[in-house]
Amino acid sequence: MAHPFAITLDPGSSLANRTGSWRSIRPEYVHRLPPCNDACPAGEDIQGWLAKAEAGDYEGAWRALTVNNPLPAIMGRVCYHPCENACNRKAIDASVGINSVERFLGDLALEKGWAFDKPAEETGKKVLVIGAGPSGLSAAYHLRRFGHAVTIREAGPLPGGMMRFGIPKYRLPRDVLDGEVARIVAMGVEIVYDAKVDDILAAMREGGFDAAFLAVGAHIAKRAYIPAGEAAKVLDAVQVLRSMEGEDKPLLGRRVVVYGGGNTAIDVARTAKRLGAEEALIVYRRTRDHMPAHDFEVEEALEEGVMMKWLSTIKNVEAGSITVEKMALDDKGFPQPTGEIETLEADSVVLALGQDVDLSLLEGVPGLEIQKGVVQVGPDMMTGAPGIFAGGDMVPSERTVTVGVGHGKQAARHIDAWLRGETWDPGPRHELAGFDKLNPWYYGEAPATVRPVLEIARRTSTFEEVVQGLDETNALFEARRCLSCGNCFECDNCYGVCPDNAVKKLGPGRGFEFDYEYCKGCGVCAQECPCGAIAMVPEEK
Amino acid sequence: MAEFTPESAGPDDAQKLRYYQKGTFTVGNRLVDADARTVQASEERSNALTCGHRACQGCGEALGARYALDAAMRATNGKLIAVNATGCLEVFTTPYPETSWQLPWMHSLFGNAAAVATGVAAALRVKGKKEVRVVAQGGDGGTTDIGFQCLSGMFERNDDVLYICYDNEGYMNTGVQRSSATPPAARTATTPAAGDEPGNVFGTGKFVPRIAVAHRIPYVATATVADLHDLERKVAKAMSIRGARYLQIDVPCPLGWGAASHDTIRLARLAVETGFYPIFEAEHGKVTRVRKIRKPRPVTDYLRLQKRFAHLFRDGHEDPRVTRLQAMCDANIEEYGLVGDDETSG
Amino acid sequence: MLKQIEGSKAMAEGIALCRPEVICAYPITPQTHIVEGLGDLVKDGSLTNCEFINVESEFAALSVAIGASAAGARAYTATASQGLLFMMEAVYNAAGLGLPIVMTLGNRAIGAPINIWNDHSDAMAVRDAGWLQLFAETNQEAVDLHIQAFRIAEELSMPVMVNVDGFILTHAVERVDIPDQDNVDAFLPSYEPVQVLDPDEPASIGAMVGPEAFTEVKYLAHYKQTQALRLITKVAGEYRTRFGRDSGGLVRTYRTQDAETIVVAMGSVCGTIKDTIDEMRDEGYPIGLVTIVSYRPFPSAALRNALAGAKDIVVVEKAISVGMGGPLAIDVDEALRNLPHAPQLHSAVAGLGGRPILKASLHRLFREAVVQPWEGTQFLDLNVRVVGREIHRSAKTRRSGPTAEALLRQLAAEERDSAEKGRL
Repeated sequence: MAHPFAITLDPGSSLANRTGSWRSIRPEYVHRLPPCNDACPAGEDIQGWLAKAEAGDYEGAWRALTVNNPLPAIMGRVCYHPCENACNRKAIDASVGINSVERFLGDLALEKGWAFDKPAEETGKKVLVIGAGPSGLSAAYHLRRFGHAVTIREAGPLPGGMMRFGIPKYRLPRDVLDGEVARIVAMGVEIVYDAKVDDILAAMREGGFDAAFLAVGAHIAKRAYIPAGEAAKVLDAVQVLRSMEGEDKPLLGRRVVVYGGGNTAIDVARTAKRLGAEEALIVYRRTRDHMPAHDFEVEEALEEGVMMKWLSTIKNVEAGSITVEKMALDDKGFPQPTGEIETLEADSVVLALGQDVDLSLLEGVPGLEIQKGVVQVGPDMMTGAPGIFAGGDMVPSERTVTVGVGHGKQAARHIDAWLRGETWDPGPRHELAGFDKLNPWYYGEAPATVRPVLEIARRTSTFEEVVQGLDETNALFEARRCLSCGNCFECDNCYGVCPDNAVKKLGPGRGFEFDYEYCKGCGVCAQECPCGAIAMVPEEK
Repeated sequence: MAEFTPESAGPDDAQKLRYYQKGTFTVGNRLVDADARTVQASEERSNALTCGHRACQGCGEALGARYALDAAMRATNGKLIAVNATGCLEVFTTPYPETSWQLPWMHSLFGNAAAVATGVAAALRVKGKKEVRVVAQGGDGGTTDIGFQCLSGMFERNDDVLYICYDNEGYMNTGVQRSSATPPAARTATTPAAGDEPGNVFGTGKFVPRIAVAHRIPYVATATVADLHDLERKVAKAMSIRGARYLQIDVPCPLGWGAASHDTIRLARLAVETGFYPIFEAEHGKVTRVRKIRKPRPVTDYLRLQKRFAHLFRDGHEDPRVTRLQAMCDANIEEYGLVGDDETSG
Repeated sequence: MLKQIEGSKAMAEGIALCRPEVICAYPITPQTHIVEGLGDLVKDGSLTNCEFINVESEFAALSVAIGASAAGARAYTATASQGLLFMMEAVYNAAGLGLPIVMTLGNRAIGAPINIWNDHSDAMAVRDAGWLQLFAETNQEAVDLHIQAFRIAEELSMPVMVNVDGFILTHAVERVDIPDQDNVDAFLPSYEPVQVLDPDEPASIGAMVGPEAFTEVKYLAHYKQTQALRLITKVAGEYRTRFGRDSGGLVRTYRTQDAETIVVAMGSVCGTIKDTIDEMRDEGYPIGLVTIVSYRPFPSAALRNALAGAKDIVVVEKAISVGMGGPLAIDVDEALRNLPHAPQLHSAVAGLGGRPILKASLHRLFREAVVQPWEGTQFLDLNVRVVGREIHRSAKTRRSGPTAEALLRQLAAEERDSAEKGRL
């Protein structure tokens, strides 16, 4: 159409006006560290694998998960999920049930028989791993992925370490444990059982290993001096739980007293109930809120009829009874004796006061340093002895399965670098995607899914798994509750909210791009990004 | 909410998505069906208002205009003509020799957009182009003040025009003067923050959507640039109806309100969530639906982000008139029944 | 077809023959019956394919026409007096956008004081807006001019205002020949807009134009009007050929052969002037008349031609540019300015607010121009006594109140006095 001069204009001709020149700050797409990832002792990219699960790509999610952690079905049962404690969603309604989705993926993988890829190339290097617990299995898995030949020497007859000999079946069915271990073995990891190492240097030399990772755990029960009569039956928790794996179940009597306040104390008390004890009583010197045991485990134990006696210490054990002294907390929260004495009936007393590490295999290793009963390692997980690395319960740290798995991964990376004469640098961590970085308005309320729980009657009489898994619908729902903190989930907000149409949409999976020709730098995109994946940065001259 | 179970929310159930998905209020979402996403999420959106326009950074009106017109373009298969009143939107989009419009667009005068649109609609009817539809648009000055007579005439004749008022609560193009849509206490160039009653005087002004409702026209709605799904649904609904329709969109103005350019959508959201700006729909003279507020916020959350209300918070003191503004919000909440979980008919 | 018919109705019928597609109606006071007539024709089905819209104001009336025209429809409206001023902004806008709207202006005075009778104040108020302004002398010409107006407007893509004296023409019943539809259809092709709002070819109409191009836009509008001079003549010629009637054109002369005095005027007053001229010619006065049909564009060259031989020019007009004089006289003066022996120009303002223009007064005026020429602008039949007294009174008293009211009081007092004198 021939237009009259000036008063009529051709459509879209303002594209000639590059408004980008107005800008003094510019938006940039960033990746921030989701709090779940930040909190995960195993270094999982939780947000990353949840994103795949959300799309229904469960195998993709499982593969993304197992890049960092080879034991998702185990994790989904025994991990204390610090990720969920850190989850930003709890400020909206409730944390995302990360652990339950992880278990769903882990179980699905076992059901479908998904296997790990074997390494593309063999490096020709040999690494010895001592201990087939979580840390050792994790290290072996990662080292194998790097292409190293790995041999695990395990002192016991079966793999799993504390996962088998410390965690009761009702929390971790053994077929799950065996399934995940088998998958690691299938990658070409060799496990030698009943092969306790007494001298690490000798073992390495004899086997021609280039490096070693020590992960023997902490299996020696701590003792406390308690005056006891001749006929008094005093056992320790490690012993009780270990014997659960054998033919002969421990004989604890009708009234069982467990002394201690940690998760192991709870496990023993709950096991005692299942073995037929009429009374299982936990005696702890402080109050419930001071207990190291996780609250949900205390709660489950209470549901099952386990009793608790707070603010009490055992003074004396006789046959059939114990004497306890009542305590009171001082200003600093420490228990102080009150002199008030009470006698309780007890057929047996199980001490659950913590565990020590058996360090005998390290005798004579030059440079190796031990403090407070644990092996000292550097940030690279290497002991003072070159080529000998250590992790898990035998190094200073929180003693959980997940921490052990994390140590295994860290150590594997450092060992791999060390074997190549390099050092491994994880690079700087991304800025944390805290709740203040989010725009929570965009998230609808979605109540957390509650995992089904076994009925009480069966919980106190059998060792069936207490907490059940999610089905696919539930798991998908739960995965989609993820806020995707700090990482774009392609919600199109930036593309939609730009007053200047200065965001280009690149298509599914490819995200977006700013059109700096037109972007005026108003910052609406960053403000309205639900997940905090856009940062405003000053424009350089 | 109460009867919700995860099982009841299938991925295809757009209505329940909000309880189901992360980002259910977002522009789009890679995981939902295309028709559950907004028009703005689509790479095929018409961008009726395209790049290179001269609106200020973070302009709510530019955003509102693209939102509304793109939605109307989709609803009409691109058979849309826009008539524009004089004002910011007109000036920043069509300074010779460049226009940012990609649809047939016309500007005549400040006060006659509704009448010009009536003429366009009449011409289309007489030419037998039933499928082509007309939108008239203007700011609040061009709508509630100088264009009010033409607007009312278009309403009462029930002409086949959707009139969209981009309400930024003042004459921003001319240097931020008061309009009849300026809220009480707001500082403008003609209601300075000085004297006994600083800012715009309480008890003045008018809420034109209700006046539109009084015309008993087929459809009246308010919306904001903060809730795109709601806005687009209303535009689509409006375009499904013949006759006079009125849509008033709250479009924050960073310049006129004295707000940060990145807070445009945030302010629109707060205007709704404080009850400051009631969001409702009415058909044939009756209010039929209100946009519920999930969690009502105190009006101060809204006021404190804007320099036009800064005189209410001088020297760390909260002016007693904040209470009157809160009362105004409370009255809106009460009148429209704004607090609740879900949109309801009523 | 010949009809004894009221002017408004005749125009309504003529306009209907042009097949307008959108008609906007607002009953501004003073009102004519044109749009009512059209409304009847639409309602009774004799005018089909036409949207008749009752708008809420004159401002809306023209605004609706603007929208309709921009969307490709043939648009028409009518107005008068205050109504025109209320739509003033849209009047400029329609011209600026080059929309070929045709509008009838039933010429009337503009208040205050409010007055509903005929003069040309309204037309003069919008003479700079960019519209073509044609003035009808008779109702026959009014009908013919509308048909020509659509043709001119659409060929140029400019709006045309057909000026018809309020009451004197609009409300007068006289014999009018209404053309037949086939001939009008043949004369006036259907509207082909230069630009149109069309989703298939989107454009932005009505851009903001700054100092860098505004002059050029205005120059082009002015240039278009100069082009219109030729077109108006051509269209009038074609009209004569088809309908056998002289109507329209730029100017018309009456007995100007050998005339030493030529009167210049527009509109219906030309009839009275012609009668006066006939009588004066009978008495031997060499006098003639030039009727201006096209006031905008102003036909300077045609006028210069017609007036070049005269000694005295008397401009009789129904408007006053307060503080300056007769606006038509100023324009005529411009046309004569560069003539080597320019005739002397005499300006008279007559018939304001509907005051009858009497032959006796015109006789006196035309003679006086030759024998006793006046300075500046003469107000024909001015009540000098009343004005003199008011001027004297207001000079004595500050804050003497509105002159109009004072004049009315004074006139009433005079009538009372003379009645009393009569009784005596």
